[in-house]
Amino acid sequence: MAVVKTFPMGGVHPPENKFTADSAIQILDPPDEVAILLGQHIGAPAEAVVQKGDTVKVGTLIGEGKAFISANVHSSVSGTVKRVDEALDAAGFRKPAVVISVEGDEWEERIDRSPELVTEINTPAEEIVQRIKAAGIVGMGGAAFPTNVKYMVPEGKQVDTLVINGVECEPYLTADHRLMLEHTDEVLIGVEVLRRALQVERAVIGIELNKSDAIEIMSKHAERFPHIEVYGLKVQYPQGAEKQLIKAILDREVPGGKLPLDVGCVVNNVGTALAAYHEIQKNRPLIDRVVTVTGSSLSKRGNFQVRIGTPFSHAIEAAGGMPGDVAKVIAGGPMMGKAVPDLNVSVTKGTSGILLLNKREAQREETVACIRCSKCVSACPIGLEPYLLEKLARMEYWEQSDEHDVLDCIECGSCSYICPSNRPLLDYIKLGKVKVHEMRRASAG
Amino acid sequence: MTELLIYSALSLGGVAAGFAVVLYIISQRFKVEEDPRIGEVTELLPGINCGACGYPGCSGLAEALVDAADEGDISHLTCPPGGADTMKQVGRYFGLEVGSKHKTLAVLRCGGSFAAAPAKNEYQGPETCAIAHSLYVGVNGCPHSCLRLADCEVACPFDAIEMNDETGLPEVIPELCTSCGACVKACPRDLFEIRPRGKGKAERRVWINCRNKQPGGIARKNCSVACIGCSKCVRVCNEIVQAISMEDNLAYIDPYKCISCGKCVPVCPTKAILATFTPPKPKEPKKETADTQA
Amino acid sequence: MSQTLIVSGSPHAKSDLTVRSIMWGVVIALLPVFAVSAYVFGVRAIIAVLVTSAACVVTEYIVQRFFLKQKPTVDDGSAVVTGMLLAFNVSVAVPLWQLVVGSIVAIAVAKMAFGGIGTNPFNPALIGRAFMTVSFPVHMNTWVVPRESLLSLGVDRATGATPLGYIADAAARGEPLSTVAAELPGYSQMFLGTIGGSMGEISALAVLIGGAYMLYRKLISWETPVVFLGTLAAGTGIFWIIDPTAYADPLFHVLAGGAMLGAWFMATDMTTSPMSRNGKIVFAAGCGLITAVIRLFGGFPEGVTYAILLMNAFVPLIDNKFRPRRFGKGVAS
Repeated sequence: MAVVKTFPMGGVHPPENKFTADSAIQILDPPDEVAILLGQHIGAPAEAVVQKGDTVKVGTLIGEGKAFISANVHSSVSGTVKRVDEALDAAGFRKPAVVISVEGDEWEERIDRSPELVTEINTPAEEIVQRIKAAGIVGMGGAAFPTNVKYMVPEGKQVDTLVINGVECEPYLTADHRLMLEHTDEVLIGVEVLRRALQVERAVIGIELNKSDAIEIMSKHAERFPHIEVYGLKVQYPQGAEKQLIKAILDREVPGGKLPLDVGCVVNNVGTALAAYHEIQKNRPLIDRVVTVTGSSLSKRGNFQVRIGTPFSHAIEAAGGMPGDVAKVIAGGPMMGKAVPDLNVSVTKGTSGILLLNKREAQREETVACIRCSKCVSACPIGLEPYLLEKLARMEYWEQSDEHDVLDCIECGSCSYICPSNRPLLDYIKLGKVKVHEMRRASAG
Repeated sequence: MTELLIYSALSLGGVAAGFAVVLYIISQRFKVEEDPRIGEVTELLPGINCGACGYPGCSGLAEALVDAADEGDISHLTCPPGGADTMKQVGRYFGLEVGSKHKTLAVLRCGGSFAAAPAKNEYQGPETCAIAHSLYVGVNGCPHSCLRLADCEVACPFDAIEMNDETGLPEVIPELCTSCGACVKACPRDLFEIRPRGKGKAERRVWINCRNKQPGGIARKNCSVACIGCSKCVRVCNEIVQAISMEDNLAYIDPYKCISCGKCVPVCPTKAILATFTPPKPKEPKKETADTQA
Repeated sequence: MSQTLIVSGSPHAKSDLTVRSIMWGVVIALLPVFAVSAYVFGVRAIIAVLVTSAACVVTEYIVQRFFLKQKPTVDDGSAVVTGMLLAFNVSVAVPLWQLVVGSIVAIAVAKMAFGGIGTNPFNPALIGRAFMTVSFPVHMNTWVVPRESLLSLGVDRATGATPLGYIADAAARGEPLSTVAAELPGYSQMFLGTIGGSMGEISALAVLIGGAYMLYRKLISWETPVVFLGTLAAGTGIFWIIDPTAYADPLFHVLAGGAMLGAWFMATDMTTSPMSRNGKIVFAAGCGLITAVIRLFGGFPEGVTYAILLMNAFVPLIDNKFRPRRFGKGVAS
């Protein structure tokens, strides 16, 4: 830990605002009703395997991910299935979902709910991957990519390192931080489980230096695991972006359009490692997650262990209720999170935080002319030219956008964050990505 | 001094004359023989070079017309902005039949105005539908609603679309619309449809003013004038011309079957059917609750 | 729970950086230069700076309000920067009305005619200076003795030339530099600024203080001034090594004339310089090289203005050719 590692180009340092770093994870009681989306992950939505009127327990399979890239969905509560139709997703669209009326809190018998730590790992690699799929485990950092898919290394690809993301570079969010502090051993055993599943000799964990207590305790406990190394990383956004994390720790660059697999590694979040521990060691599928509920005017902000499918309004109520000045509610962090149009949207496997911004924080300032200050160019961690991509998107020059690598954008938001002219750079770049994808699909088929 | 003037005048004049000769020779040598008819037909066209016909500008269409006339048939070519009058003149010029294509215009199929579909949230960001559409469901919660950010108005090359400040919705000005289709392409929610202008001088036409495919109850939650898929219009029309079909909770009036009788308009419980004329009063006005589901 | 929520695309956070904070930051960075010019040239320097700044702001306001019918944005401070730089680029002997004309040209022609802030291809202050050099050659080349008649509003006593002027004269006469050595100021004088010259070009120290402030505020990147001055030193240094009697040493060239002010404040102008780091380096090297060539072989004693303006013209080409290195895609071409 002598040298502080970081990624070499671009990046910004927004105010951290980690108000909830010291508040221990509280268990949030299930609400009266949950709406569990069948498509909480990247890929095809799961297909419902329950019907209206069915009785379910915590951990009962309710949706089956049948496509190659898909994930199972389990009931997070016990009760009766009220409807199998649709519920609001974070963008306000109605998507297939299972709505369950909560009755009591009965768990499936196979689940080991005792607090004892199970250290011994007896599951063979292939079975681990299968059970990760069965448990519906997806990337818990926000992208929600089905984890088992990452572990099916294609023929001819060599993987040598498992990279575990404990960076949590988004401002405000402290869920992963608390996880590492309070569930250190579970996370480390989870990392060990994942490492065995991947059949590699080395697992590295990256943690930003603003979480020195987490680095300390993780390093100390990791001494018992000869294959696990813990690295402290410079506080710089987007340190926790997959490509930047790999570059920082391993000094390998994942080119645009390529995957970490192509440079010999797989990246998972610490939350994913914990979920893997729960499934493999405790038979507990992914039914809840830690969510940071925070905001400058929230009275009882904190980190909550929330059942999947819980409406945002319930979690906000538990954190002290909706303050009067709130103007924007964000699923995730302020840099990459989605502003939700409605408080009835529910917590999904990828919801790392619920952030409430007041009017002043939420308001976008007036856009003025670009002064070519080149801050966006130097802030871009991918080496793109956001000012140019914005201009091309405004003129609807999609071919040129493609030529200037718009698809390589990781949507970290550093360009829009830094722009002194308040230009909506990322909005236009995202539009460019959509249009270039459309264009490519059209010319391919 | 005078000498200087004379010499400069002479030398400059000489250079100019030299260039003139060279230019003349070049222009004669490389002269492109153009069919004189192309120029004459171009004169007949509106001259706005809109491209709606599918050719690069009016001279492009003129060239295509001349080529087609040599083949003996120009009926597949039309000038959307010029319409029938222009094509009639072109036909007379060549002494050939012109296409009997229906005169059409763009029709907006959404009634999600400020009043009918009130805003449930506030959108902040670039004022373009394309971005708002890829971001989320929209201000009124209807995934098929107009986003009211005027991409169509910007896209229209004829200023035939104007945003109405009171409703928030775009309005097509029939006199200016050439049905070039720019709005159809520009609208990310596919709310514009090119439809025939309708019967008679008064251009009688009827259409479903909605694209929402959600179940009626949900559609109504976001918008009071949504098509709720109750099929009343289908039943009324089935007795006359079977021009209305129902798919995914959404009715559609086939303009080529529709006889613009207007009988479907008053039966719609949500006023989701619009007409350019005053429709007849229904014979037996039945009282029914608005959100009857099919 | 009935608040109307705002929905917008990510990110939902914005840095404090604004165009205003950048431009007023540059104004603050120019204050040491202003102070030295006031100290060396007295009341007239203060008046000159105030006049050009005011003229630039008023011109921009009038053009935006009445010609372009835009909402005036003069409060962003960019016109003040142009005004101050224009004054710092000329001799204190220039009459006020000429300063006003120069300001109008700088803002109305070089900036607003191209579309206003962010769209001008050439540095407005330098266009103003270039315009004044050709229009008012007499006053533009009249240099005032430093630290004399500080309170006078007129120009009493003019000296022959600036340090660069002496050298150019010597070179024109084909005499060795030693013949003018007595006229040349010492390095410490050139560093501190008690010499004749344009109002803001005299003190290297003042420019460095302002430059350090801009580096601290991240308003400029270090590459531009360092490469500019480095190339200038290297270019002039080669000839100095070959024949020290005919050519001045590189340190003299770095400290003399507008090199310091140009490298720190003009070549770093955001709008008229390239976007990528490599582009900035190429741009700065070009500026240094052209400055050296003009100073050593050109008809003018000073070349910074034209060097930067020339390189301004190449910015679109540089931007096109020198792009940032894409992550994961080899080394930039």
